[in-house]
Amino acid sequence: MKKWIPWLVVILLAGWLASTLQQPAETGFQTREFGKLPVLLNGRIQPFDSVARNSLLQLRTRQSLDDMTADQWLVEVMMKPDDADKRPIFRIDNLELLNLLGLPDKQKYFSLNDIRPHLDDIEKQADRIDKIESASRSAFERQLMKLYNGTALYQRLKITLCPPDSHNMAVELAEYQKLIPDGIAAVRAKEANKKYDENTLNEFLGYLSEFDNMTRFAYPLVVPPLQNAKSKDDWQTIGANLMALSRGGDLSVPVQSYITMVTAYQNNDPETFNQTVKDYRQWVGQWYGAETNKGIKEAFYNYFQAFYKAIILYILAFLLAAGALLTFAISPKLSEIFRRTALYIIILTALLHTFAIGFRMVLEGRPPVTNLYSSAIFIGWGCVVLGIMLERVFAVGLGSAVASFAGFVTLVIAQNLAIDGDTMEMMRAVLDTNFWLATHVVVVTLGYASTFMAGFLAITYILLGLFTPLLRQKVGALELGKVLTKMVYAIVCFATLFSFVGTVLGGIWADQSWGRFWGWDPKENGALLIVIWNAIILHARWGGLVRDRGIMLLAVFGDIVTSFSWFGVNMLGIGLHSYGFMDAAFNWLMMFIGTQVTIIILGLLPLTLWMSFKPKSQPAPVIPPGTVPVK
Amino acid sequence: MFFDRLIKFFASLRLTVVCLALGMVLIFAGTLAQVPMGLYKAQNEFFRSFVVFWQPEHFAWKIPVLPGGYLLGGLLLINLIAAHAERFSFSRKKAGIWMIHSGLILLLLGQLLTDMLAQESQLHLRVGDARNYSESDREFELAITDVTDKDADKVVAIPEHLLLRQQDINNSQLPFTLKVDKFYLNSAVTNQPAAGYEASGATAGFGTTGVWLKSLPRETVMELRDLPSGIVEVVSPAGSTGKFMISAYFGEAQPFTVAGRKYTMMLRMERFYKPYSLRLQEFKHDVYKGTDVPKNFSSRLVLDRPATGEHREVLIYMNNPLRYDGETYYQASFDPDDGGTVLQVVHNPSWVTPYLACLLVGAGLIVQFLSHLIPFLKRKQSL
Repeated sequence: MKKWIPWLVVILLAGWLASTLQQPAETGFQTREFGKLPVLLNGRIQPFDSVARNSLLQLRTRQSLDDMTADQWLVEVMMKPDDADKRPIFRIDNLELLNLLGLPDKQKYFSLNDIRPHLDDIEKQADRIDKIESASRSAFERQLMKLYNGTALYQRLKITLCPPDSHNMAVELAEYQKLIPDGIAAVRAKEANKKYDENTLNEFLGYLSEFDNMTRFAYPLVVPPLQNAKSKDDWQTIGANLMALSRGGDLSVPVQSYITMVTAYQNNDPETFNQTVKDYRQWVGQWYGAETNKGIKEAFYNYFQAFYKAIILYILAFLLAAGALLTFAISPKLSEIFRRTALYIIILTALLHTFAIGFRMVLEGRPPVTNLYSSAIFIGWGCVVLGIMLERVFAVGLGSAVASFAGFVTLVIAQNLAIDGDTMEMMRAVLDTNFWLATHVVVVTLGYASTFMAGFLAITYILLGLFTPLLRQKVGALELGKVLTKMVYAIVCFATLFSFVGTVLGGIWADQSWGRFWGWDPKENGALLIVIWNAIILHARWGGLVRDRGIMLLAVFGDIVTSFSWFGVNMLGIGLHSYGFMDAAFNWLMMFIGTQVTIIILGLLPLTLWMSFKPKSQPAPVIPPGTVPVK
Repeated sequence: MFFDRLIKFFASLRLTVVCLALGMVLIFAGTLAQVPMGLYKAQNEFFRSFVVFWQPEHFAWKIPVLPGGYLLGGLLLINLIAAHAERFSFSRKKAGIWMIHSGLILLLLGQLLTDMLAQESQLHLRVGDARNYSESDREFELAITDVTDKDADKVVAIPEHLLLRQQDINNSQLPFTLKVDKFYLNSAVTNQPAAGYEASGATAGFGTTGVWLKSLPRETVMELRDLPSGIVEVVSPAGSTGKFMISAYFGEAQPFTVAGRKYTMMLRMERFYKPYSLRLQEFKHDVYKGTDVPKNFSSRLVLDRPATGEHREVLIYMNNPLRYDGETYYQASFDPDDGGTVLQVVHNPSWVTPYLACLLVGAGLIVQFLSHLIPFLKRKQSL
């Protein structure tokens, strides 16, 4: 056997991963460097890069535009908003909404300029829809609200660094500063009913009202608190500092730096822009070392897109593992090359997966699972680790196939959950406890992962059994079918352990924070359903109520139970654990359940129809002439 | 013979599987039912019951559709005990199973005890207030207070369920009988005649003129509460003092006099008095900067126990309750203006059982699976 092939493949892939660690140099405006600067948004320190990507995800469901990166886009939005207004960044799919706005239905993405004539309409509709509960909104209403919120978000981004009609901010600022003494005198004179210059007053108040808008609506807070500030969380807006100038305040270093950056960008002066970004980062690093570092790290994490790469690698590994299974009977040698290559790729990808989870944990300062997004990632990780362990015990490619499939599917689910924006949001008060997040949440999520794993293995059993003769194929001393049964049984045992311990730990957390161990809350019930279902599988087997096929069918139903507990209960919109109605996910859940039911029905077909268990063809019985065939 | 078969039935794995499967159906249905009927009612009908009934609309009968939580829990308990008596020998090989199952028995019994013994109430304090009692979240009581002595009030509290019987109530502390004319667990009250409402019929106290009331079905929405009303007559040997309307809608106590002694009566949330008091010093509602996502809720209180001279400050915040004197105080809610706190007060003597049960079952599961896994892996390696 050519042992070096799997190694070669995996070394090449590792080389590719390593090569993407290094970011290519930027020419012109170094927006990626700008993207690393720390700001405060959603209650947490993050780099501009995260603001840019998460905003684009919400507006456009993509992390970039066709011809520009998120950072380039954000810089343009915040510094040359007029140009940014021409970029197609609002995604609209709903035909009714497109018709209402008079937009062409062949296009998907629209710019603010396309939408601008209809902003009033949108706002009127949004006022009406806002009163409807989100669960009972129609597709049109949901899309309109999304667009309305999107335009609001976009407008807020636009006034984060400079006033809306700015074209040379440094010059405008100087004019404002020059006007301050006369402006204040005019205000005082007006208050005292004395004579004042109307023009000066209006111009002065015009500035103030623009800065006031910047103060109130700026999206991220970009000015770190000064050294003598009460709290390190007390970040401010640029607008607030500009308003304070009129009361005799000074221009702070961060505001001065941002104004220089904005002006340089407006004057198409990359050199000054790049130098100011660099200087400011150094300055802010002196006072806010941890925050600056976090910004750099998170920007790297965003850039590296480890989970996206893991998806590609899992697909590759799955194809190879499937190839290994299918060529098993024809060419064991080829099959073994496929199998090894698949396994090595999965191990490499699992390392990448682990690294990315670890990186997230460091960035957040939290255990791995903090929300639905991270639970998907962690369930995938759990399945992959279990699959690798299975592959070590039963080296037939099954563990690899299921591991890579589960890894791929859960990461795709996670990518779709990320469209709502920031996936590292802060934890609400009751969840703000690393101890319980690290114990209850992790263990119960491993329970989900192992129950899914058992279900996926069972699906393999049913599909292989129905459509291939492989279940009867000998693997060492056992038939493949028996190997699968042993795997599913072992995993169900694991699942029982994790889901039980996880559920009870959840009860204990509830006892610690709400004063009752068990409250029949939907999420609790969901977890309990998984425990009971696994217990049923085990007891049914011990009692001889089911055999190999029965266990498989029960295990597939376990997928339905787990998906209900993981996603379904969140859609009931009640209870302490529900975090909002997720309407799109509901359809996907129903589709998933549909596929599982189909597989169960397939699995119920009589064994004579299964290719693996078809009776060996025998010569047709000869009926002696004159006798009546027995019915 | 019959007895043997009975034991066999109760000890069978088939019964285990059937009960567990029905348990799943029950939990699933009970979870979905929370959407229309609310957590509290669904809990009572599905889980704290022997049989779950279904009553189709415009239908007089209730149809039993599912065994309830008590029945299934009880059956599983019998099943477990019978199975161990019948089938399992006490051996090292079975040690894991014994641990798991005895943990489960402890868990089930513990929950039953909690169900029967646990008492939940609430303590609502504005900043600066002190109280030495907590109040029930749902149950009312009719408090009759003898206020003749200026220095010491004597209170007789009559719980809601006694009023609901609509019978005469006598108490050795009271020199009169209370005749309960009407009592509605949930009611609406209005000050003008309206369809469905009846005149109160009270002849004394607050509700004599201009008050109409009607009975309402029990409240099912989680956040809403029943508001009871009723009519009671105070009858002493000297004759009737009058019919009084009592109602949760009245904000204060109504005075009356019997045989020269002054009393007040008031329908109020049931109270649980303690030998100590808690005063709210400060309530804090922290949010993450630039958002309205709550970061923490905390209440700083002073605990005062005159009998022992105990006087200290306590801090209650999310995930950090105060356990004191057999009761546990949790940060549960707060006033919209952030000027007051609501603490959940739980008295649950069996709170420790799930902790022990969890340890037992978890350890049992690990022992059991390792005792299968290790020999299996060893065999695998020797192949």
